[in-house]
Amino acid sequence: MARRPFPEINSASMADIAFMLLIFFLVATRMESDKGIYQVLPAYTDESNKIPPIKVLHKNLFVINLTNTNSLIVEKKPMQISELRKACVDFLTCMNNNPDDIACPGFETETFEGLGDVQVTKAIISIQNSRNATYEKYIEIQNEITAAYNEVKNRYAIQYYQKSYNALNSKQQGIIREIIPQRISESDLQNEGGK
Amino acid sequence: MSRFRKKNMRPAPSLSTASLPDIVFMLLFFFMVTTKLRENTLLVKNPDLPKATEIVKLEKKSFVSNIYVAPPSEKLQKLFGNQPVIQLNESIEKASKIATFIQMEREARNPIDRNQLTVNLKIDSKTPMGIVSDIKTELRKANALKIYYSAQEKNTQK
Repeated sequence: MARRPFPEINSASMADIAFMLLIFFLVATRMESDKGIYQVLPAYTDESNKIPPIKVLHKNLFVINLTNTNSLIVEKKPMQISELRKACVDFLTCMNNNPDDIACPGFETETFEGLGDVQVTKAIISIQNSRNATYEKYIEIQNEITAAYNEVKNRYAIQYYQKSYNALNSKQQGIIREIIPQRISESDLQNEGGK
Repeated sequence: MSRFRKKNMRPAPSLSTASLPDIVFMLLFFFMVTTKLRENTLLVKNPDLPKATEIVKLEKKSFVSNIYVAPPSEKLQKLFGNQPVIQLNESIEKASKIATFIQMEREARNPIDRNQLTVNLKIDSKTPMGIVSDIKTELRKANALKIYYSAQEKNTQK
């Protein structure tokens, strides 16, 4: 009896199964993409230095206090987190060298190439957090402050270059960052003196 | 073509596709191996990251070292308690060890990359700020000033 030749198993769909597994792994391992808020910490200064700390005018300082009950006290008045962004933007953009006006920080006039003389604010935002406050609230505050800085950067970008901040090239972005320097000082409520 | 007329026209032999899945499996194994390479085993519970809107993607993963802060995993809670602890690389340490950790991370990289070292802080939302402030002070002392607060994307506008 002549044997019929066995029909070959069509292995074309094996490739499809393998592709499905491959795509699954490609997708599954991408889910952990790391994202976060970027910050540059101030350099460490030894508290026991003989050099006295630089006197910072109270006028230039915007003090945000995070108490251990997770509530916000900004410039000695309680505030909701939703109002923080606008308060920061207002503080960063109003510039007034009048020493009697303690709500607005002072400014310096600096020259930038292509833009001429620009008023650069002396504003410093200081965050004082109690050691028992939760990290989540702290990140919300950081988020709002970063958002306020981004908003001001965008404003200046449109004012000086007529384009949004993200549309500028890196040199122009560097200039904008110098016009609105990110000065954030932090301290525990247990120690005195942050920066 | 008239030469081949005398025998019955055999169709061209079909391509064997039996080796296609082998190629694909090789690709698959490649991805399985390379994407798992830099993951540290978590000795603490997976930190519940806070939500934020102003987040940027971490560039160049090779410059980044991770610090995890969360309560320890179930198995280790007998040893370390249930308060949040700090995990550096593969072990749970105190904040004072951060300086050595940074130095090791710097030495493990090229001299060119050392200035670019960024520290990614993956901290659980419910951690009290005391630990975070200690970590930041240690990082400042070790001159590791570029940090990322790891966070999840928040979609709703407040």
